[in-house]
Amino acid sequence: MTALNLSGINKFYGRTHVLKDISLEVDEGEFVVFVGPSGCGKSTLLRLIAGLEDTTSGDIFIAEQNMNTTPPAKRGIAMVFQSYALYPHLNVRRNMTLALKQEKQSKRVIEQRVLKASKMLDLESYLEHYPSELSGGQRQRVAIGRAIVREPKLFLFDEPLSNLDAALRANTRVEIARLHKALAASMIYVTHDQTEAMTLADKIVVMNEGRVEQIGGPMELYNNPANQFVAGFIGAPSMNFFPGHAIHEKDTRTIGIRPEDLYVTDHGRLSIRIQHIERLGGDTNIIGTCENQSVTMRLFGQHSFCVGTDVAIDFDDAKAFYFTPSGERA
Amino acid sequence: MSKARTNLPISLAMHTVLIVYTLIALFPVLVILLNSFKSRKAIFRTPLELPNSETFSTVGYDTVLSQGNFFLYFQNSMVVTIASLFTILLFGSMAAYALSEYRFRGNTLMGLYLALGIMIPIRIGTVAILEMMVATGLVNTLYALILVYVAQGLPLAIFILTEFMRQVSQDLKNAGRVDGLNEYQIFFRLVLPLVRPALATVAVFNMIPIWNDLWFPLILAPGEEVKTLTLGSQVFIGQYVTNWNAVLSALSMAVIPVLILYTIFSRQLIRGLTSGAVK
Repeated sequence: MTALNLSGINKFYGRTHVLKDISLEVDEGEFVVFVGPSGCGKSTLLRLIAGLEDTTSGDIFIAEQNMNTTPPAKRGIAMVFQSYALYPHLNVRRNMTLALKQEKQSKRVIEQRVLKASKMLDLESYLEHYPSELSGGQRQRVAIGRAIVREPKLFLFDEPLSNLDAALRANTRVEIARLHKALAASMIYVTHDQTEAMTLADKIVVMNEGRVEQIGGPMELYNNPANQFVAGFIGAPSMNFFPGHAIHEKDTRTIGIRPEDLYVTDHGRLSIRIQHIERLGGDTNIIGTCENQSVTMRLFGQHSFCVGTDVAIDFDDAKAFYFTPSGERA
Repeated sequence: MSKARTNLPISLAMHTVLIVYTLIALFPVLVILLNSFKSRKAIFRTPLELPNSETFSTVGYDTVLSQGNFFLYFQNSMVVTIASLFTILLFGSMAAYALSEYRFRGNTLMGLYLALGIMIPIRIGTVAILEMMVATGLVNTLYALILVYVAQGLPLAIFILTEFMRQVSQDLKNAGRVDGLNEYQIFFRLVLPLVRPALATVAVFNMIPIWNDLWFPLILAPGEEVKTLTLGSQVFIGQYVTNWNAVLSALSMAVIPVLILYTIFSRQLIRGLTSGAVK
């Protein structure tokens, strides 16, 4: 059974075409991440799925039912917002139970579900607290708890980690992955952070300027990007691009090579001038320029180079990607 | 920041200014209150003295309570003020919600149109209003006053509340929609509680002019049955003789409900006035 099926979704704001003919499928139990730079339409797409906005054309099926005109509450979804959107005048328990009360669930069911969700998220001792008394991480967990108690067919996450600090973000990421396994629910997760996408997703949907650029598993996208945009977006530090004539004369293609696939060698085909060195302990990132292009090289271990010197570098041809001038794979 | 706050000379100067201001503001009220408990001669001979055993007299209160229909006037004022405030807040906030939340053609124009009333004094239209009230048979009813005060209060209410409602996060309203609240429930259960300070601000700004108004009661509802307190107190002010005891007593008693309402709203009001600045 498919949890979500979008076919030919288009969305206009006035004359602006923000979503262009989007079709995709999410299987039951799958964790799908929409990723792309800001303004690419990923949040808008999520809001269309939630029913907070109407599509201009196209069909939305959730659990194989057409939901085009169904109001958000009746779609069997639950949403976690970027700003958490907790009701500030209600305590944690009432934040979590509001939707269930609207659904007219019995008191026993409500009590049970709140107990289960708060145990799962370690919120038992905060049930009577108000959102203003909680830390950022706790608020985030309440927001997730509010979604869990509804036992939805589909979870929607709208950049849920972007308001947390780096350490908490890493923890919560693991937490969300654990929840996904425990609940075995279908989840859609929107982010602009490719690390979150790579670590959480079963399937990544890369979006750019209102279009889907590529859909696939994290390694599939990393190993076999469909075009230059996906190649540059997935992977950190991001892929280096050189004009083809740097290697072969009269080659009009663009060569893409990942920072980890570059190495220093005496007779390298390329030469870079080192601009900056990032020493991370385990890795060393060397940032330089070659043919007026910025180049990042990622070396394992610790290395000593001097800023301002020239180094010869090379790569394995088998690990290079080639793109046509229009950005497609060649 | 904290250093500046605990700086003794500055804090002393600040408090001196505030205390002086408070005294100036309270002085007329205090004089009214003191003199309402004095005999007529004492009011004129020693207006600033406390009432003592010789000059103490409740003749003013006795007159007010026995002569005029004081309780009826009081009740009329109360009904008019509360009903007007309730209507202004309800419809003002509903209009403000629509203007801040929904995108529709002519939204900005509608907002400007509704706020236009701030700049036009309603009293300019008194004659037309009177004609309208006569035509609809509402003259000498409390409805006439309530309708006029609602019209007078709405523009500013909509203007202030629209600004406040724009600040209520879009995500929060959407969360309500996902949780199954309908638009009315989102308005009453999410938005209104969050703009409560703004509601209190609007309530206080509207309450005092309505309670104190003499113009419209005099023109639209001068009948004995529907007189408001301010108008009712005027019976003691004559062309040749003014019963100062009664006037002062009536005024003293008229202050009480305003004080009570103000205390209810004031906690919210302070938050409302500073909320934009502090956050």
